[in-house]
Amino acid sequence: MAMSNVDSGKQVVSSAEGTGQYEVDVLVIGGGPAGAWAAISASAKGAKVLLVDKGFCGTSGATAPAGTALWHVPPDVQSREKAKASRFALGGELAEHAWMDRVLEQTWINAERLAEWGYPFPVDANGIEHRDSLQGPEYMRLMRKRVKQSGARILDHSPALELLTDEHGVVAGAAGVHRQTGDTWLVRSQAVVIATGGCAFLSRALGCNVLTGDGQLMAAEAGAELSGMEFSNSYGLGPAFSSVTKSLFYNWATFYYEDGSVIEGAGSARGRGIIAQTLQTQPVYARLDLADSAIRQWMRSAQPNFFLPFDRQGIDPFEQRFPVTLRLEGTVRGTGGLHVVDESCATSVEGLYAAGDAATRELICGGFTGGGSHNAAWAMSSGFWAGAGAADCSRDARATARRVLRRAGGVGLHTDNASAPIDSADVIRAVQAEVFPYERNWTRSGDLLEDSLQRLDDLWVGLTQCAPARTAQEAVRAREAAAMLATSRWMYRSALQRTETRGMHRRREHGSLDPHQRHRLVSGGLDEVWVRRLAVPYREHGDLSIAAAA
Amino acid sequence: MIEIVSAARCTGCNICVTVCPTNVFDAVSNGVPVIARQDDCQTCFMCELYCPEDALFVAPLADRVRSQESVLADPVTMGAYRSAVGWARGERSTADQDASYELLIRAR
Repeated sequence: MAMSNVDSGKQVVSSAEGTGQYEVDVLVIGGGPAGAWAAISASAKGAKVLLVDKGFCGTSGATAPAGTALWHVPPDVQSREKAKASRFALGGELAEHAWMDRVLEQTWINAERLAEWGYPFPVDANGIEHRDSLQGPEYMRLMRKRVKQSGARILDHSPALELLTDEHGVVAGAAGVHRQTGDTWLVRSQAVVIATGGCAFLSRALGCNVLTGDGQLMAAEAGAELSGMEFSNSYGLGPAFSSVTKSLFYNWATFYYEDGSVIEGAGSARGRGIIAQTLQTQPVYARLDLADSAIRQWMRSAQPNFFLPFDRQGIDPFEQRFPVTLRLEGTVRGTGGLHVVDESCATSVEGLYAAGDAATRELICGGFTGGGSHNAAWAMSSGFWAGAGAADCSRDARATARRVLRRAGGVGLHTDNASAPIDSADVIRAVQAEVFPYERNWTRSGDLLEDSLQRLDDLWVGLTQCAPARTAQEAVRAREAAAMLATSRWMYRSALQRTETRGMHRRREHGSLDPHQRHRLVSGGLDEVWVRRLAVPYREHGDLSIAAAA
Repeated sequence: MIEIVSAARCTGCNICVTVCPTNVFDAVSNGVPVIARQDDCQTCFMCELYCPEDALFVAPLADRVRSQESVLADPVTMGAYRSAVGWARGERSTADQDASYELLIRAR
């Protein structure tokens, strides 16, 4: 039969399957900041925890190589209110005050924890410690160490390929491969946390090529819903030849045409649209000529990685113009992701939790995200809550031994009407051709969305008729291709439905915000993609009980 | 993308094989790891940071694989990034010098 979400068609797991078999309370999929915090908080609740990462927990994900600002705001009312208001309008008023309160509080607590664990936060000349920035390599090396010290076990290079569900559709583990040995693994667990990051479509933005939407695909196969997938067209600014899409320093840049004349209105924060528009017809150059000597010195110490491409190409970015580009960062910096239904970051499927970029960040950002500060705060807060929620869920769950588990995966794994094998590289190129172009995705339009969706839907039908991958590495790549394709369809279907411009979602023929569309768009489905409206809940202040208990 | 595994410096510890998040290297028994899947390199520089011998060099070009000749013709400094973050032997992490707070309050 063809792919479907109907359980009866799914393959039952036998007791002998998987080279490596594990039985745990909580399985965390993904070892970036969200996954690491989830593992630590689940372990702290007494759960037996396994964390699997497609790459290496400590270097995987966007945070480790990039580093990030942190939304770290003192707990006085005035500071917190100002922080919440700062991006509320930019996000199209889709964020929730209650969630912003919770995240600000949990982030404050977790940063204190990081300091206790030895993260070397800088201290200024007045003796004040600053906790609003985390250098990626240092932060994630520390997090790996803390995950291990928490008692959780880590499996590196062990991508999950699909979830396991029981006879009631409750998520009860996952199956995957070790991509260096080719061995398979199977984990039976009481709860699963998806912390696999967003989807950046293999654009080579810094640290983003492990982020292909794998967790969203697996979750959707188990029936989970997504939210805010129209807020998925974030592009990172960086030197054209380079992977380093770190944009803070471009606040001090002037942007130029090839002939050296200034591009009026171009800028990093406001004015990035002019860069996107100009790049459609000609190269754009930048020079950090607004940085004085003090700023230049601070830049070197703040982000050593920012200067790697320049130093290695022999470019002085303060004195010389260099070509820049915008690389798609999709839902990594965009806010869409798995729909979260309660304060423990549970998804719409029992036993399944979501955290970090894999979960929707609309709750605190609405439809816009700028720098990494909110993203880092969301990762550590949602990770912390999802881990705790999963641990609580595992205490209440039934014994796994009595459950009949089925493999929930579809495309690229189990197909019986198969013909040719999947050409993953071809699918990936085809998806990129629809989502990379600025004229299709930076600013969307109904006709081009329909045009892309027709080809993307056809591609999906083609994928469902392909033979399962034969090797571990092929399976990983096939699932990445399928996940990117699924993500692109949720993205563009949601974008088509939102006939206005709100947050980062821009429609050419609907250039302004429509007050009647101040709602969320929840989406899902694989063979048939659907989108529905959801009112934004309104509560004045958050329930801080989880944070206080931390 | 990753361009150099220096046979002269490499001790075959295979840390790069383990830490590379996109699984670019293959271990070689009793030998120096090979760059087996260069096109999967995401130019994140993490292998350089974790290499205890400064035996790796990642070129900043994210989309282009250079020929071996042009790589060899281009003299490079090994270990520069590791030293910049204070991860080299005997150094202290420079994360405590992170002046982001000065920049974040001044950014528009």
